[in-house]
Amino acid sequence: MKAFLNIVSRDLHLAFRQKSDLTMAVLFFILTAMLFPFGLGPEPNLLARIAPGIIWVTALLAVLLSLERLFLADYEDGSLEQLILSSTSLEVAVLAKVFAHWLTTGLPLILAAPLIALLFNMDSDAMTILLIAMILGTPSLSLIGAIAATLTLGARRGGVLIPLLVLPLYIPTLIFGVGAIDAAMNSLEAGAVIANARPHLLLLGAILLVSLLITPLAGAAALRQSVE
Amino acid sequence: MGSSLFQGEDLTCIRGGRTVFLGLNFNLAQGQALILEGPNGSGKSSLIRMLSGLVRPKLGKLVWQDQDATREPEIFQRHIHYIGHRNAIKPVLTVLENLAYWSGKKKDDPSLDDALDHFRMLPLKHTPANLLSSGQSRRLTLSRLLASERSVWLLDEPSVGLDVASVALLEDVIKTHRSKGGAIIFATHSPINVENPNKLNLQDYSPLYNKKLLAVENEEDSWI
Repeated sequence: MKAFLNIVSRDLHLAFRQKSDLTMAVLFFILTAMLFPFGLGPEPNLLARIAPGIIWVTALLAVLLSLERLFLADYEDGSLEQLILSSTSLEVAVLAKVFAHWLTTGLPLILAAPLIALLFNMDSDAMTILLIAMILGTPSLSLIGAIAATLTLGARRGGVLIPLLVLPLYIPTLIFGVGAIDAAMNSLEAGAVIANARPHLLLLGAILLVSLLITPLAGAAALRQSVE
Repeated sequence: MGSSLFQGEDLTCIRGGRTVFLGLNFNLAQGQALILEGPNGSGKSSLIRMLSGLVRPKLGKLVWQDQDATREPEIFQRHIHYIGHRNAIKPVLTVLENLAYWSGKKKDDPSLDDALDHFRMLPLKHTPANLLSSGQSRRLTLSRLLASERSVWLLDEPSVGLDVASVALLEDVIKTHRSKGGAIIFATHSPINVENPNKLNLQDYSPLYNKKLLAVENEEDSWI
């Protein structure tokens, strides 16, 4: 546990020293999402209808942008070798690095999401579900993305490979994330919002649990392979 | 000399389908220094990486204090410190922060100052590492050896980028380490003076340079 917190605090420390890394994903998210109202025209009903899809797709792309730097810097400067040789279990180290990645990428996206939701004329019930869905969904995006980030370490132009590996795996999160908000928007009675969105949220939770289990194992194996 | 610390028997390393070395034996006792020699590509770095546990031997045995550690590199990883070609320095952190992180100590630990002082890095303690010259970065990396307090040092070209005075500092640190019962294995092309070293020439075990081994290698291929 101490090793876990050590790595998290180191990565956060590094991220705060290089603020461009920290703000890039969330700025990308806000700016890209803001382009859609300009492109589609100011029609409140249409915007509210497509908002869940746009928010999730842009959030997903923002996470994708930040994945390459998750392990690449450590790989290139030799820190990864030292990390593997250190007494910390590599599985714990992977989980710690992914958690730090989520804190610097996923969490800012969640904080920025209500702003985008307002721009798209989303009602307050749907916004609540959006936040719950993002809290369950964005950690999965970091976790699944980390597997691809570790697998592409040795490869030349690994950054181009990451989207190819990751995007298909992001589809379930996207479907249930959007589904939850759609269900909330389509519910007729005010009290049924949570009940309608519940199955989608449960499935998002299931994806999170499965990726929490797989990522440390797969990530650690890929990291060991990358330094051979 | 002291008792046997680290042993390798009949080690074979294959990377990317090419045999780097085969049938290699070594024995490292407490207080010893083993110098790896050989031309470029004869497998010095590969051997050091194997001994650090980053690369597993294809054949052969690694023995740590009479315990077979071939399948469990964790047994000896706790006792070694590996320094490779790359310095593992984060440019945005200061010299002290870089050292503190990898030695697992708090920043105000006095042993960190001592380690930096040995390599004349103390005046640069609070300098961000991106301002260091390549020789200074190397000295920061080497000061980790003192801060981490491991018994076996594995150094791959430790003196790259160092000036003459800094090489002397390194020689001094190696001497102290050996007198305390520590052992050291290193590969170098520039001279580093240590007292009565043991030498291992990788050329003798590399099929690239030793044509006799080429026949052995082909024979093994036909078995597979």
